Amino acid sequence: MIVIEAFQWIAENQSAFFSAFDRHLLMCFISLGIALVIALPLGFKVARSPRAAFAAINIAGGLRTIPSLAILAAAMPILGIGLWPSVIALIVLAVPPLLLNTVIGIREIDTSVLDAATGMGMGKRDILWQIELPLAVPSIIAGIRTSAIQVIGGAALASFIGGGGLGDFINAGIALMNMPRLLVGALPIAMLAIFAEIFFGWLERRLTNRR
Amino acid sequence: MKWLPRHLDTVGEALLQHLYLVIVSVGIALVISLVVGIWSARRPKTFTTVVIVTGVLFAIPSLALFALFIPVLGIGAAPAITGLALYSLMILIRNIGLGFQSIPADVMEAAHGMGYGAFRRLWEVELPIAMPYIVGGVRIATVTVIGIATVAAYINAGGLGAIIFQGIDQRFPEKIIVGGLLTAALALSADYLLSMLEKRLRQRSGRSGK
Repeated sequence: MIVIEAFQWIAENQSAFFSAFDRHLLMCFISLGIALVIALPLGFKVARSPRAAFAAINIAGGLRTIPSLAILAAAMPILGIGLWPSVIALIVLAVPPLLLNTVIGIREIDTSVLDAATGMGMGKRDILWQIELPLAVPSIIAGIRTSAIQVIGGAALASFIGGGGLGDFINAGIALMNMPRLLVGALPIAMLAIFAEIFFGWLERRLTNRR
Repeated sequence: MKWLPRHLDTVGEALLQHLYLVIVSVGIALVISLVVGIWSARRPKTFTTVVIVTGVLFAIPSLALFALFIPVLGIGAAPAITGLALYSLMILIRNIGLGFQSIPADVMEAAHGMGYGAFRRLWEVELPIAMPYIVGGVRIATVTVIGIATVAAYINAGGLGAIIFQGIDQRFPEKIIVGGLLTAALALSADYLLSMLEKRLRQRSGRSGK
């Protein structure tokens, strides 16, 4: 069984496996984190102005049609090869779904709720922190879920531009036609994505039900 | 822009290969998911399971999914089409199921009362009502698969992704940009065409929908 051979390879090459695994996770966390820092404030700023929201939704929608492979590949001539070009490309992948879901989450808040808050004498800052943010959170989590999956898959492609990570094993496996090696990369990537999907799906449902 | 004007035939061929991969895989998936979708839509518990399982499978990154097929199917078009069909299957089953669940119960009863058998009811009543949902699913699946098919070039399936990979190997930015933008243009036009079709079907079935 090649799956068993794959596990044997991992057991014998633990340091190589875990450094690639850590690199994969590191790429995902850094890019998701930076994407959140960009997309959330931008989403809140843009959501209340119909024109800006329209522009943001269309630009983000257009960016999403560019295949992730092309975005990663395009980072190479501009930024060179290695970890950082990959991280920046992954940020470009992660921002659109986050921005879309933030804007949608805020726009779907009932205006009467906001009127009530203003009527109670809440200032802009209070409304943002106490009303808008909590009500938009389920939609934002849905955005994080989509972004996380995009980024985990994109990080698998980062190997093509020298970003390292678990994609290296898939690359080596195909180059050497070594099936166990291929699985050393493919299985953990698939498992990471499935874990992210289940975890954020659960979180999303929990936060939606509380309302 | 020096490479593109001199290699229009290469690019055209890649575009056709790309379309072939997308149409064949979405087509195969449509046939399978019509059967599974119609069958599972009537069984709420089964349908919930189907939605959860397909959602989880859909999360698997394309490179990993293609790689998982290589030990079984080798490299080339076969594993690529299998992987792409699987992605469309997950989208289509969900949409088709939702379409059939949207049919009001009294419509079904009326058809039954008029003496329609199960097959005639399916063909003349249910399918037309569910059609906008089915086309909507085909639209999402097509746009998604057009993007994912670029990665399939890595396992020798050809298409526009092959131009992007050549660009990476040769450090040739123009190829990367041409491949990427053509894929995006293909996805945007497919989205536009299918959304027009979806709109028309919704108007004809007398429901404005979302």
